[in-house]
Amino acid sequence: MNPALLLLNSSTLVHLSPVDLVIIVFYFALVLGIGLYLKGQANTGEDFFMAGREMTAWVAGLAFLSANLGSLELMGWAGNSYKYGILAAHWYWIGAIPAMLFLALIMMPFYYVCKTHSVPGYLKLRFGTGAQAISSISFAFMTVLMSGINMYAMAVVMRVVLGWDLNFSILVSSLTVAAYVALGGLRSAIFNEVLQFFLIWAGALLIPILGLIEAGGWSGMQAKIMQNLTELHVANPGSYTHLWSTLGHFNTNPMGINWAGIVFGLGAVISMGYWTTDFLVIQRVLAAKDLRSAEMAPIIGAAFKMCVPFIVILPGLLGLALLRDPNTGHLLRLVPADIAWSPSGQAQGLHGYDEVLPLMLARYCGPGLLGLGITALIAGFMSGMAGNVSAFTTVWTYDIYGTLLNKNASDESKVRMGRWVTVIGVFISIGTAYLVMHAQSIMDYVQALFSFFIAPLFGTVILGMLWKRATPTGGWTGLLAGTLSSVGMYAWVKVDPEAVRYVALSMDAQDQAQNMFRALWCCLICIVVTVVVSYLTKPKPDSELKDVVYGLTPIPKTEHATIFHSPVFWAAVVAVIFIILQIIFW
Amino acid sequence: MKTGGALSIWFFTGLCLGVNGLLIFITGIYEIIHPPQQQLVLSDLHANVWWGGILLVLGGRRTIQKKHARERKRMSKNS
Repeated sequence: MNPALLLLNSSTLVHLSPVDLVIIVFYFALVLGIGLYLKGQANTGEDFFMAGREMTAWVAGLAFLSANLGSLELMGWAGNSYKYGILAAHWYWIGAIPAMLFLALIMMPFYYVCKTHSVPGYLKLRFGTGAQAISSISFAFMTVLMSGINMYAMAVVMRVVLGWDLNFSILVSSLTVAAYVALGGLRSAIFNEVLQFFLIWAGALLIPILGLIEAGGWSGMQAKIMQNLTELHVANPGSYTHLWSTLGHFNTNPMGINWAGIVFGLGAVISMGYWTTDFLVIQRVLAAKDLRSAEMAPIIGAAFKMCVPFIVILPGLLGLALLRDPNTGHLLRLVPADIAWSPSGQAQGLHGYDEVLPLMLARYCGPGLLGLGITALIAGFMSGMAGNVSAFTTVWTYDIYGTLLNKNASDESKVRMGRWVTVIGVFISIGTAYLVMHAQSIMDYVQALFSFFIAPLFGTVILGMLWKRATPTGGWTGLLAGTLSSVGMYAWVKVDPEAVRYVALSMDAQDQAQNMFRALWCCLICIVVTVVVSYLTKPKPDSELKDVVYGLTPIPKTEHATIFHSPVFWAAVVAVIFIILQIIFW
Repeated sequence: MKTGGALSIWFFTGLCLGVNGLLIFITGIYEIIHPPQQQLVLSDLHANVWWGGILLVLGGRRTIQKKHARERKRMSKNS
């Protein structure tokens, strides 16, 4: 039975007061007002799709981070930290910071200097239309699906937390997003992402502060987690609060992963692939006003990304330490969503892992604060949707419509197409949301599909930027081989679960560990195929590679008045803090 | 941030935080005067009063600063 239908009969986690509703309505009015205000400033292609390329480093950096800081992410990773412990923080630290700094200092100059509108656009300049077509079609397909999944997830959360009707949530959120993106384009999406960034911090920061006060600080929380997990007979209870010391073997930590999977699979491939080639986030940096701002934006994003575990991972850990059944006083043990949503789970009043953040919100936040927390979640969902829709619109207009369907399209017709595609993209997303509602398993497959394209794309882009011998044929065949091999490994494990021992090197490997190793292998396959095919085919002359390849691209030298203006200095500061955090939580 | 218009993103951010902070602060004061029957965990800390106050001060300051900056810019253009 559809979990969403089951939820119609379940009780809600919180009840909103009039002041909470005023806060939520004020948010909707404000974002629509911003869209209307910015309408007159999105008349050209550069304005509509690239926000006029006039964002400061701070705005581009916060939007770059916020595009990834949706509520699906917040609630999902809070749930993962309840499930896997502090290991989930790897996705915010080694799974983000090195890649963001690499993007800022190594890759951004190429993206920025070649003045591309998108990552597929860069592939066209570097490898031709073959690689661009594969990349743009897969990206457009995936973003619109992800937007629908965001929409559905938001509707389910609003149903679980507030008891709102699914159709009402989908309709209101999608129409609001369609209105403000179609009116103001990328600039409007960026404004709302920055707004959402502050709302999320304002709405969520109280949970860890009050949670730590209640638990008796970090050491008090550690002791309570140890005591609770021992009481529940959970294996390796001490591993839930250590970041690296339990990663020597697959079976000594709750995630079933070892250090190699985290360092090479997550840190070197998945994270690099996502943060350096996913156009959803790169688009925000491409909107920066100059090269220094474009370099500083990911560094600013990285600095704030390091702080996000405080409002995401810590609430999950505090949930492990503090959550008890209000009626019996017994430990509250959250369970996987399919068990929580089953008829027997509902009858027992079970809660899924992903509900840990709303549960903690309901624990501490009364009228007003609750409205702010819920508004932060709504803002995160809508911002995630808007990010996907604006990226989809740009890739469709420039890389599919402008390159494959109508090569002579004028700037004016592209803007007109962009506004229409925004609305159409939102309607396709609504369709996807209802598709997911009637076939829950699609959500799992789409999440996996998304990872199929990211890891090999990184192999193709990085070879394209750093190795001038890579040929157009090598580029698209490598990308295709990497993607197909990833799909193949996924299917192999689905058909024969024993294959996990080959794909992820251990039968103990859990889903996340399998994703890490699959990404590593398919990226390596992409690189090997690209290199071999490139040596067998004719390279482009150097004159055609100017501004897109290392060694043939004159990077503008910026004179910095002081060391504090230098992106390299700030990248070093972020790197040092990152290392200190790893040691503290070792 | 240059927007081509008069209002920057920081103005809207300040407005949003300031209005929310004011509403939360007033609710917190009301709850001190009329305590609710069902008490939350750590409700004795009156988080809505001080958290609402912090948001109000930060948001209000940001909004007023940006408004004044805009007026100064307009005046310097006119002169």
